[in-house]
Amino acid sequence: MSAALLSVENVTVSFDGFNALNGMSLELLPTSIRVLIGPNGAGKSTLLDAIIGHVKPTKGRVIFKGEDITHLDEYKIVRKGICRKFQAPGILESLTVGDNLALAARHHRECWRSFGTRVSPQVRSQVERVIALIGLEEKRDALAAQLSHGQKQWLEIGMVVASDAELLLLDEPAAGMSQDESSQTAELIRSLSKQHSILVIDHDMTFVAQLDAPVSVMHMGQMLKQGTLDEIRNDPEIAAVYLGRAKEVPHA
Amino acid sequence: MNKWITIAIDAALLLVFALAPYYLSSYHLSLLGRFLAMAILSLGISITWGRTGILSLGQGVFWGLGAYILAMHLKLAALTPGDMPDFMMWSGLEQLPAWWNVFRNPFVALGGVIVLPTVTAGAIAWLVFNRRVSGVYFALLTQALALVFSTLLISEQAYTGGFNGLTDFNTILGNEIIEPSFQRAIYWITLAVLALAFVLCSWLLDTGFGKVLVAIRDGESRARFLGYSPAAYKTLAFALAGSLAGVSGALYILHAGVISPAMVGVVPSIEMVIAVAVGGRSSLMGVVLGTLLVNFGKDTISSAIPELWQFVVGALFILVVTALPKGLVSVSGLMLRLKSIVFKSSAHQALEGPNA
Repeated sequence: MSAALLSVENVTVSFDGFNALNGMSLELLPTSIRVLIGPNGAGKSTLLDAIIGHVKPTKGRVIFKGEDITHLDEYKIVRKGICRKFQAPGILESLTVGDNLALAARHHRECWRSFGTRVSPQVRSQVERVIALIGLEEKRDALAAQLSHGQKQWLEIGMVVASDAELLLLDEPAAGMSQDESSQTAELIRSLSKQHSILVIDHDMTFVAQLDAPVSVMHMGQMLKQGTLDEIRNDPEIAAVYLGRAKEVPHA
Repeated sequence: MNKWITIAIDAALLLVFALAPYYLSSYHLSLLGRFLAMAILSLGISITWGRTGILSLGQGVFWGLGAYILAMHLKLAALTPGDMPDFMMWSGLEQLPAWWNVFRNPFVALGGVIVLPTVTAGAIAWLVFNRRVSGVYFALLTQALALVFSTLLISEQAYTGGFNGLTDFNTILGNEIIEPSFQRAIYWITLAVLALAFVLCSWLLDTGFGKVLVAIRDGESRARFLGYSPAAYKTLAFALAGSLAGVSGALYILHAGVISPAMVGVVPSIEMVIAVAVGGRSSLMGVVLGTLLVNFGKDTISSAIPELWQFVVGALFILVVTALPKGLVSVSGLMLRLKSIVFKSSAHQALEGPNA
């Protein structure tokens, strides 16, 4: 066994005969950032789905902290310490910002332990820490529905952070953000990587460059290449994959 | 501050209801008692539908279970030991079935009124929600359940009294039910149980549990991806609604003196939901007042022009769904919206509140 926090081993996911993931493998170390890029339909989001148990692989395994989590229910996988931010903000609109974060920060998520009106001191201090981190202190008692789009993105990132999961899966965290906001997000992700292992999907190369992390390229449900951003940029095969659809490369 | 004003209003309202036996005729007191009993069931619908987003069109089943269990006890209590209820003899039954006889003991019956609906609701919910059946499929499933339940009650005449149901109750725990003083006592008991259920539900919605329910309504998969098991939370909420329904049914028949399949089937189950929708499904006080309003409306209108009620209830439902999705408790919101339409003010956007 390696010291990997997460190993995706040879995972295949098929939908009606179409392999969205086709023997995909990936290893993530603790406290690191990994960026995942690839053309549309390469299987990036499906990989996150498979890790968190939303889709079940037809072949292969997902190992987290040495434990096979491939066939666990989603909520049990989450309790093991994996949290995901979706592409579209998935915040809870009719709860306040504070309640959104508190729900994410609770350690005891079993039904029978949910009967108390008092928020535990740990959860409270976690919420304080995160709400300052995402700059929404003044919106604490506002309903999440009243936030702007950017603030909703921040809130969801905040929820992922508040969960204190060891592995954070971020699907396009800077989508729809301004330049400034997206640099702040990159900075936040870098600082989080001191305590968490983070897998980021994104298309925006400026944002990816700011993350300053190793990049994995997916194509047709498989891992195509891994390396630094510069290596990836100068790789002719990857250029072909990316430009192939728009430009001249023959195999259509 | 705001919270204390609400509590003061609730307490004043409670006082007005508590004094009802001194200013209402015994006929109207009996009606109010029934409707307050129905309001207990409505609290449960508010939690499952209003907060969690689970629409059940079969609450009549759990209500009916509570009602029938107590009715069985009342039926037995009215007989001399060794006798059988009349309809059993007419149906040619030789002996009182053992599962009837257990409810001869009043405490078993009272326990059954709570436990049986709770367990039934919980078991159904667990089976269904674990398979991720929800939304309209769940609504249809529960409606089918109501149909099955009322059909079963009618067809098993020897055990259930069939179409006529169970009636002629006269004593409970040694009290004459029709005595005016006992009727008053039952009224106060009903009011006390409603108040207790109200406090319990308000508290519950304030706990982490209540927040998770709202989280499930807003985004079931988001809740799941925060590590909460929606099936467990929904099951518990539905079981709670089941027990409130059971208690509601039992109290109801003490006022009404009769239970029959026509009171537990599809149509009554839908009327229960409409009453909640009219009041405002996510407001506990809204559903209590909505239940009283709709039921008194039904009584008044159908005793004047019997055919009219169905049309009124249909129109009311359409009105609420289209103009007042949050029920009558949001009437002030509607006024604001009308004003903004009339004056075509640019304030329109400002009025688009959180869930507008």
